[in-house]
Amino acid sequence: MDDLYRENILDHYRHPRNYGEIEQATIVQHEHNPLCGDQLSIYLLVENERIVDVKFKGKGCAISQASASMLSEELAGKSVDEAKAFDKQTILDLLGIPIGPVRLKCALLSLKTLKAGLYGVNLVDDDEDSL
Amino acid sequence: MSVQTTLDIQAIREQFPLLDQSINGHRLAYLDSTATAQKPLAVLDAMDRYYRTINANVHRGVYQISEAATEAYEGTRRTIGRFIGAKSTKEIIFTRNATEAINLVAQSWGRANLQAGDRILLTVSEHHSNLVPWQLLAAQTGVELDFIELDDQGRLDLSHLDQLLTERTKLVAMTHMSNVLGTINPVERVIAAAKQVGALVLLDGAQSVPHIPVNVQALGCDFLAFSGHKMCGPTGIGVLWARRELLEAMPPFMGGGDMIKRVGLRESSWNDLPWKFEAGTPAIAEAIGLGAAIDFLNELGMQAIHERERQLTHYAWDKLSAIDGLTIFGPPAAERGGLLSFTLAGVHAHDVAAILDTQGIAVRAGHHCTHPLHDIFGVPATVRASFYLYTLEEEIDRLAEALVLARDTFQL
Ligand SMILES: Cc1ncc(COP(=O)(O)O)c(C=O)c1O
Repeated sequence: MDDLYRENILDHYRHPRNYGEIEQATIVQHEHNPLCGDQLSIYLLVENERIVDVKFKGKGCAISQASASMLSEELAGKSVDEAKAFDKQTILDLLGIPIGPVRLKCALLSLKTLKAGLYGVNLVDDDEDSL
Repeated sequence: MSVQTTLDIQAIREQFPLLDQSINGHRLAYLDSTATAQKPLAVLDAMDRYYRTINANVHRGVYQISEAATEAYEGTRRTIGRFIGAKSTKEIIFTRNATEAINLVAQSWGRANLQAGDRILLTVSEHHSNLVPWQLLAAQTGVELDFIELDDQGRLDLSHLDQLLTERTKLVAMTHMSNVLGTINPVERVIAAAKQVGALVLLDGAQSVPHIPVNVQALGCDFLAFSGHKMCGPTGIGVLWARRELLEAMPPFMGGGDMIKRVGLRESSWNDLPWKFEAGTPAIAEAIGLGAAIDFLNELGMQAIHERERQLTHYAWDKLSAIDGLTIFGPPAAERGGLLSFTLAGVHAHDVAAILDTQGIAVRAGHHCTHPLHDIFGVPATVRASFYLYTLEEEIDRLAEALVLARDTFQL
């Protein structure tokens, strides 16, 4: 109970940071997680290879939405290259809770959306397929 | 409910070793039998005994244990046939599950009998397994799909049935009991109307056969598909029942050993029913396990099981509908089998299920393989609690308490 739904997760879910849209966004990316129907849109305003503004909108479970909210805080002010270097561990560290294989898709939806936006293709493997 | 069940639930629970464990410090409350049921000792023992004493391939060996294995495997066909009111063991085809049974009908009967412009009538509440096989067939043959919709209470809306059933309708394929709404559908009415236009009827019995008495003669359907694992049997075994004349006329579904009579290099002839549809070494232990599961259910009585689930459903309906922010989907308890799907305002279904899990309560969260139905509800996911012969009122009490906990944790 206390593990998965720590107060900071619930806080980000109830009061998502950077929620909304950017009208002049340089990058807009929508993704969804068919497993639980989570939806996410990320808006980035990039100037001189730096992310000067981030917003997101979405619907879904607490893990997916808290993950997006936390990621948005982390992204603000980062260079595009720094953002490209974000990986699965970045997200797990931000969430700070143990995530089982089933909820991993929820947790990584934000990263998947970000990477798809930055690279134009889906690069995030959210299945536990390592041998 | 004042009526007491005739079943001794505590004694039944002792037959299910898996139920006796704790999860996250709580006694496991398994409320996901609609997805798959737990297995009684009788089933575990029957399969164990098979592997320990008579494991051999069937229909081949002339030695003793192969004959014993064949007898046990074929004996299950009789058990199943009697259980659903079939006329002969030739009408009982073993498949992997309900899904494979439906695909068999689509690919064998469908491709041989349907052509572009023919129509198949489905309902919008079908499990993907009774929808996608028909979409595949439609793409292959040009057959068109029509759908019975729902009324505002989540019942099938049969008021347009006469328009939906046309001269070109060749098949009605529908679920006998919904795995999301719990509705026990008035299939008799649909079957009678289908007969008027000469359409055949396939019933998806994945949820009905495990939970209510089902007799194919009384129903008058033409095909019935179900899965062993939802009725206390093992995974990997399912059944297609069909009228013998239909099966006789249908071409094989898969080719290989066991389904042939004579094989030449360019041509072969097919085995008799039911083996014509069973290519390759079958799931022998699983069939034997399913036979044991049916014996187990028969001993308790399907009517008694159904009444017990009805009692649990009324109990759960009262408990859950008293929770603020909780919405139950589908018709009133009296028209249902033992399951309730619902949402809790402000809390995503997966979060609800995760919080219930912390309390040792296992429920399903998601779309339950019914995307179109969830689109109609306008929700991405629901939580589903389902009951079976081993469910206790006390587990439903714990469910209700944990739902209040979930709501309060997320208090927005
Ligand atoms: C109504 C219904 N039909 C079909 C199926 C498919 O069963 P299986 O996956 O065992 O083939 C299910 C199982 O969830 C079901 O509930």
